[in-house]
Amino acid sequence: MLKFPIFMDAQSTTPVDPRVVDAMIPYFTEKFGHPASRNHSFGWEAENAVDRARDQIAKIIGARDPKEVIFTSGGTESINLAVKGVAEMYREKGNHIVTTAIEQRASLDVCKRLERQGFEVTYVPVRPDGLVEVDAIRQALTDKTILISVMFANNEIGTIQDMAAIGKLAKEKGIILHADATQAVGKIPVNVETAGIDLLSCTAHLIYGPKGVGALYVRRKAPRVRIAPLIDGGGHERGMRSGTLPVPLIVGFGRAAEICGEAMAEEGGRLAKLRDRLQDMILSKVDEAYLNGHPERRLPHNLNISFAYVEGESVLMGLNKESALSSGSACTSSTLEPSYVIGALGASAELAHSSIRFSLHRFTTEEEVEHVGARTIDVVKRLREMSPLYELAKEGVDLKSIRWKAD
Amino acid sequence: MAYSDKVVDHYNNPRNVGSFAKDTPGVGTGLVGAPECGDVMKLQIKVNLDTGVIEDAKFKTFGCGSAIASSSLATEWLKGKTVDEAAKIKNTDIVNELKLPPVKIHCSVLAEDAIKAALADYREKSGSADAPASSK
Repeated sequence: MLKFPIFMDAQSTTPVDPRVVDAMIPYFTEKFGHPASRNHSFGWEAENAVDRARDQIAKIIGARDPKEVIFTSGGTESINLAVKGVAEMYREKGNHIVTTAIEQRASLDVCKRLERQGFEVTYVPVRPDGLVEVDAIRQALTDKTILISVMFANNEIGTIQDMAAIGKLAKEKGIILHADATQAVGKIPVNVETAGIDLLSCTAHLIYGPKGVGALYVRRKAPRVRIAPLIDGGGHERGMRSGTLPVPLIVGFGRAAEICGEAMAEEGGRLAKLRDRLQDMILSKVDEAYLNGHPERRLPHNLNISFAYVEGESVLMGLNKESALSSGSACTSSTLEPSYVIGALGASAELAHSSIRFSLHRFTTEEEVEHVGARTIDVVKRLREMSPLYELAKEGVDLKSIRWKAD
Repeated sequence: MAYSDKVVDHYNNPRNVGSFAKDTPGVGTGLVGAPECGDVMKLQIKVNLDTGVIEDAKFKTFGCGSAIASSSLATEWLKGKTVDEAAKIKNTDIVNELKLPPVKIHCSVLAEDAIKAALADYREKSGSADAPASSK
C-alpha cells in the first residue's frame, strides 16, 4: 500500500532512523550529563557516549584517530570552520583558494566573504557531466594557494568527484584539501586516508540522523592541519569548536553513521537499482528529457533530469499533492535564480529551470518509484500540451532564433 | 510556500489552453517572456470583426503554477470584453484575484504584457486604430 505523501527529496534531508532515535532517547533524560564534567559519573557517561560516536564517525570516513573528528552544528558550520579556519590560520602563507563552480551555497558564500576580505578564489569550471578536471585544478594553483575545497559528491546532480586524484595533487603541492562530503558520507565509501583528504565536512541529517549536528574531520598527522576556531569559549573539541556538546544529537549521529556503514553496500545497490528503474521509465517515455550529471560516477540515490519546455516548479506543483521532490527552477530557489549547478554544466538557463531532482532513501519502495515515475511522465506530458515552447519546437521553430523580450 | 486555492484550481483545470492559427482574421497573438527567465506566455484573442468583441481567447504558458494560473485567468477575463475594455485589465487585478504572493507578482505582470501584446498584434493586423474594436 502506498502511503502519501511520498518523500523523494532525500538530498535535502532524511527521516531519522528509528534505531537512531532509540539510541538518542536515554541521553535526553537519565544520561543528561555534560561531557566536560570531569569529576562525576554523569560527565563520564556523557563523555563515553561522545567518544563512542566519534569513533563511529571516524570509522565511516576512514580516519585513523577518532580525535580527528570535531563535532559542529552541521554541514554548514563544518564548511565555515574548515574554509575560514584555514584562511585565517594560513593567511601568512598565502591568500588563494581553489574551489569549483558547483559547490553548495555554504562553500560558495564562505568564499565570497573571504574574497571581500582580500582572499582570491578560483572557481574551477566543471565538464558537462559535472566532473572537475584534476588538471583544471592543477592549472588554477599558484604559489599563494593555501586550500583546495571540493565537494565529494554534488547535492543536485550526485556527481562524484575523483577525490583520490585531487588528494594526490594536493599532497604533491603541499596544499590542504577540504572535501565537502555532506552528500557522500554514509552513502558511498569515503576514506580520508586513501583520498588524501585533510579536512572533511559531513552532517547527520542526511544519513538518517538528527538535524543540528555535523562533524569536521581535521587531519592530525601528515600533515597536522591547524584551523582557527569560529567560536571561542570553553576550549571544547581541542579548542577548535567551543560550546557544550549536544550529546543526544552526537549519539544519534554516531549510531546513524554506524548503521550506514553496515548497510552501505546493500542499500547503495538497492537504491541504484530503483533509481535506474525510475530513470529508464522516464527517459523511455518522455522525449527531450536529459539526464544531468555523470551517468556512472554518481550517488546511487540521485537522479536529476531536465524536461525541456516545461518549468520545474510547475512539474513539482503537479506532483506535490502526492510526492515531495525538488527542482533547480528559479521559482523554487531562495535567490530567484535558476540552478547554478545545472548552469555550470553548460546547459541553457531554460534547462536549469526545467530540472527535477529525485532523491531516494533507505525507506523508498519500488511501488513509490513506480508511482512517482508514472505521475512525473503524466505531469510533464500535460504541461507540454500547454507549453508554447513545445508547440514552437514541434513546428520546427528554433527557439534560439526568436528574439525573446525578457522582462 | 503554499498556493492559493484559485491558483491550484487554474493549474489543475486550466481554462482555454490551445492555439488559434495566427493568420486567421481577427486573431491577435502575444508571445512574451523568455525561456531563460523561466516563463513564456503565448496569449491569443479572437475578435469578432463586426462587433469588436473578443469572442474567444487561448493561451499556452511555460512557467510556474502562478504563471499558468495568471494566463488562464486572463483568457477567462478577456472573453466577452471589447478590445478597449481588455486593455484595461491590470496585473494588480490578477494579483488580487489569485492572491499571488510578492515573489509571484512578475507572473501577473507577464500576463498583462501578454494581453497588451495580443491586443497590439490584433490592432496592427486589422490595419489601424480604426479597427472596429477601437472605434466602438
